[in-house]
Amino acid sequence: MSVTKLEAREIPGTTIFDEKQALKGYQLNKMCYSFNDATCRDQFLQDEDAYCEKFGLTSGQRAAVNARNVLQLIEAGGNIYYLAKFAGIFGLDVQDIGAQQTGMSVDAFKAMLVAAGD
Amino acid sequence: MAQIVGGISTSHIPAIGRAIANGLQEESYWKPFFDGYPPVYDWLDHVQPDVAVVIYNDHGLNFFLDKLPTFAIGAAAEYANADEGWGLGTLPPYAGDTDLSWHLIRSCIADEFDITVCQEMKVDHGFTVPMSLLWGRQKEIPVRTVPVSINTVQHPLPTPARCYKLGRALGKAIRSWDSDAKVIVIGTGGLSHQLDGERAGLINKEFDLMCMEKIVNDPEALTEYSILEIVRNAGAQGAELILWLAMRGALSKNVSKIHSNYHIPISNTGAGLLVLEEAA
Repeated sequence: MSVTKLEAREIPGTTIFDEKQALKGYQLNKMCYSFNDATCRDQFLQDEDAYCEKFGLTSGQRAAVNARNVLQLIEAGGNIYYLAKFAGIFGLDVQDIGAQQTGMSVDAFKAMLVAAGD
Repeated sequence: MAQIVGGISTSHIPAIGRAIANGLQEESYWKPFFDGYPPVYDWLDHVQPDVAVVIYNDHGLNFFLDKLPTFAIGAAAEYANADEGWGLGTLPPYAGDTDLSWHLIRSCIADEFDITVCQEMKVDHGFTVPMSLLWGRQKEIPVRTVPVSINTVQHPLPTPARCYKLGRALGKAIRSWDSDAKVIVIGTGGLSHQLDGERAGLINKEFDLMCMEKIVNDPEALTEYSILEIVRNAGAQGAELILWLAMRGALSKNVSKIHSNYHIPISNTGAGLLVLEEAA
């Protein structure tokens, strides 16, 4: 990639976690923040709907959680640092979620990362 | 007065912590990364710092969006690590230095940086991975620590120029600390990476290498970037460059580059390492 000094609000394939996202995603992020605690992760796994209900997630957020879909979770206001804790419950790391978001296989995603060093 | 011996900036990727915990340093994936560190150990043995001021970003362990400070300084006798939710083992606590913490807080606030003061502060991988990289091979970490947290979670993030100025205020404060301690300043994180969105997996070698070159002798050139320009070039989490800039700001204008290393990829990241020694 080249170095660019262009200023732009819009960066392709990128959602800036700004006030709009922060407002939209507060409850979702609050739930994901709770997953720092192993007890909370267990509670979520035992009764996902009740756990989402406790945090007051919207129907859109609930659907994104149910789908384990990172792009939908971001669209619903999720912040990647908190979403990583959600993904961790299912043993997904940042290559797994990178592959999911880019529509690549995990191996192809990893190969893309390696190729960035060429 | 206290003396700044130099600065180190290093990536803080969680996978590094896992590799250290599992002893993977010699594996082919990891070797080019870990081979960058022995020259750092030699330099640390040479300069023997007593205290590390660690400029890092919290990724949702200590701070949540309910109360998210732009700049926070720890003022605790000890800093605990804790479960971050995705399986990295919890490490023993780190010794603090409350005398330096409060001196930094007083001095920075007098210099018009309105710092959030934290008498309790859990430190996450942004802090612990560099500590493990630099001193983990020793039985006990030989430095006391002061964590300085900069918001990279929620926009607006502080500008690169502001973070560089914070670094200058920290440097001025350290040099005026009534102590014979030797202090090292550490900036963690980076370099280019993006974890979220359709553009996940972005790494920009050219931009990273430019930053690693400029930050040595022309750091002010990097302060001309906006956060969005850095994000555009280096990815959403590439904004962690501001932590490197704060470290650089704490050092003098003239520094000697002792060592650097850059390796792609570690996890989703262009991993950078830089050791700068303060001019005598």
